[in-house]
Amino acid sequence: MRPVYMITGGITKFAKAHPDKDFRLMVKQAFDYALADAPALTRNDIDGSVCSYFSDHFTRQLKAGAMVQDYLGLCPKPSRRIEGGGATGGLCFQSAWEAVASGRMNVCLAMGFETMSRVNTWKGNEFIALASDTNFDYPVGGFYTGYYAMMVQRHMHEFGTTVEQMAKVAVKNHANALHNPYSQSPALLTIADVRSSPMVATPLTILDCCQMSDGAAVAILASEEMAARFGGTPVRVSGIGCGTDAMRMADRPHGKVILLPHESAEEYKDLRYPGVHSFRGGRMAAKLAYGMAGINNPAEDLDFIELHDAYTSSEIQTYEDLGLCRYGQGGAFVDSGAPFLANIDYGLRFSDGEKWPRVPVNPSGGLLACGHPVGATGLMQAVFAFWQLQGTIGKHLGDGTLQIPDARRGLIHSHAGTGTYITASVLEKA
Amino acid sequence: MIFISPIGPMTHTASEVCMNPKAKLPETEDGTILFNTDPIIVKYHYEIDYLHSYAQDSPFFAGLARKKLLGSRCAACGFTYATPRGHCMECGAATEWIELPNKGRIHTYTTCYYGGEAFLKETPYTLIMVEFNLVNTLFLSRLVGAEPEEVSIGMEVKARFLRNAKFKPTDVYFVPL
Repeated sequence: MRPVYMITGGITKFAKAHPDKDFRLMVKQAFDYALADAPALTRNDIDGSVCSYFSDHFTRQLKAGAMVQDYLGLCPKPSRRIEGGGATGGLCFQSAWEAVASGRMNVCLAMGFETMSRVNTWKGNEFIALASDTNFDYPVGGFYTGYYAMMVQRHMHEFGTTVEQMAKVAVKNHANALHNPYSQSPALLTIADVRSSPMVATPLTILDCCQMSDGAAVAILASEEMAARFGGTPVRVSGIGCGTDAMRMADRPHGKVILLPHESAEEYKDLRYPGVHSFRGGRMAAKLAYGMAGINNPAEDLDFIELHDAYTSSEIQTYEDLGLCRYGQGGAFVDSGAPFLANIDYGLRFSDGEKWPRVPVNPSGGLLACGHPVGATGLMQAVFAFWQLQGTIGKHLGDGTLQIPDARRGLIHSHAGTGTYITASVLEKA
Repeated sequence: MIFISPIGPMTHTASEVCMNPKAKLPETEDGTILFNTDPIIVKYHYEIDYLHSYAQDSPFFAGLARKKLLGSRCAACGFTYATPRGHCMECGAATEWIELPNKGRIHTYTTCYYGGEAFLKETPYTLIMVEFNLVNTLFLSRLVGAEPEEVSIGMEVKARFLRNAKFKPTDVYFVPL
């Protein structure tokens, strides 16, 4: 396999609705932004594309990817659609990586979108719930927030995680987004705001959940030779991993923890894993990505993380899957302030208890505050990570607050419903 | 008379030409529901009836109609599933049907105050995952007969069945023991 670099990227503003733009135009705008940011790169240099979007129901158009391909003027070059629920964007990024790593393409465009505003929120919830077993789960009251609520209820039972710890994740991500003009719902919140907002599925309130969005994002990946030819500041994709779990939460086993290099079996001798409290696929994805990138202690070896916080609860569960702290410590990890940016006043007091190295998580605002146009989300994370590693956050956001000083290595993490498909990709300064 | 068309010569007599330049589509009065004009946003209706087969899962639904909760057990490794499946996830062998106990415990739960459109009218409703003795996996169902604040992990529950089966997983539900 050849080394793969990200050479440019672009995103549209994520919003509740962009009725003035269809999916083709949104992708076109993100694509044009990416090309404008890499002046030596032209459309002719792109060998092909992969296109990510989750739901044909939202689009009301089958083979929408073919329409994006022609709208961008990329026909008759190769392309294909990538779909894997919430992880669609992350899977698309890894497919582009595979195209370049294998030598099949020298320059591959990963492009993704979702237009969720085309139905009302409750119909949208129904579409998303169709990504659960339609024989056994969906008809019982299929509702994704309900599924995640059951998962975190068990996490709280096993480990003592609290709703206040979850609320701190909402406070963090919404406050970070105040400095990100691409985000959908920036806000300065308090724990009380989160807890007093409408209850969706106990214990998750509406501010514990991401919103539906319209938006698009693209990432362009290239071989070493092509990355050098186009100049700019390419970023290396040094590790990719993917994991899966059973569609039905009911089928998740209760066995042994999949260990990362810095963990021991002894630490988890009493933990029945993953049950419904942890995402085994996320642990597998991290293990594979860390192995490829040579990461032995993620909390020390990563400078920031953009992870799939569809819910405040799943951000806490994901800290543990990624090995930033041990299983069961996700709540304490939030309390310690480790995933917060050092230069933002969140109006919170951090605990004096156990300390971890600071690893800002979702400096962009994550899904909770940026929005979650499903097929674009994983690529949005790639774009923010790319800008972080280039040191160009200030240039692209018009505000340098979210720039992590001397960021050398970051991780992006994309996650499909209840942990069925999960990707982890490591990007680092070239 | 010979016409030369772009796709080759064709022969026609004048009397055979019967095209009607005044042809009209009939006008209808169903119209379009319009939400906005800039951009134009219209209502688009879409509905479908599937001929959905439960296929190898069918005995489970037939069991509910007989007021029996069926799970499956791997004939090779013995792994036991509360939510049935035709083949074992652990070893790949075929499973056989077993009858589950009608009593279990709440493994986890939530009360939904919102939901997908199809379930909005049923809110609030409580979802539970049920664990059974000597069974390796769980079963998703609804709990009735307890207020949201009365529900807890470990609580004992009992299966009940609709008198008139609808051949849906909601033919079974649970109540506090």
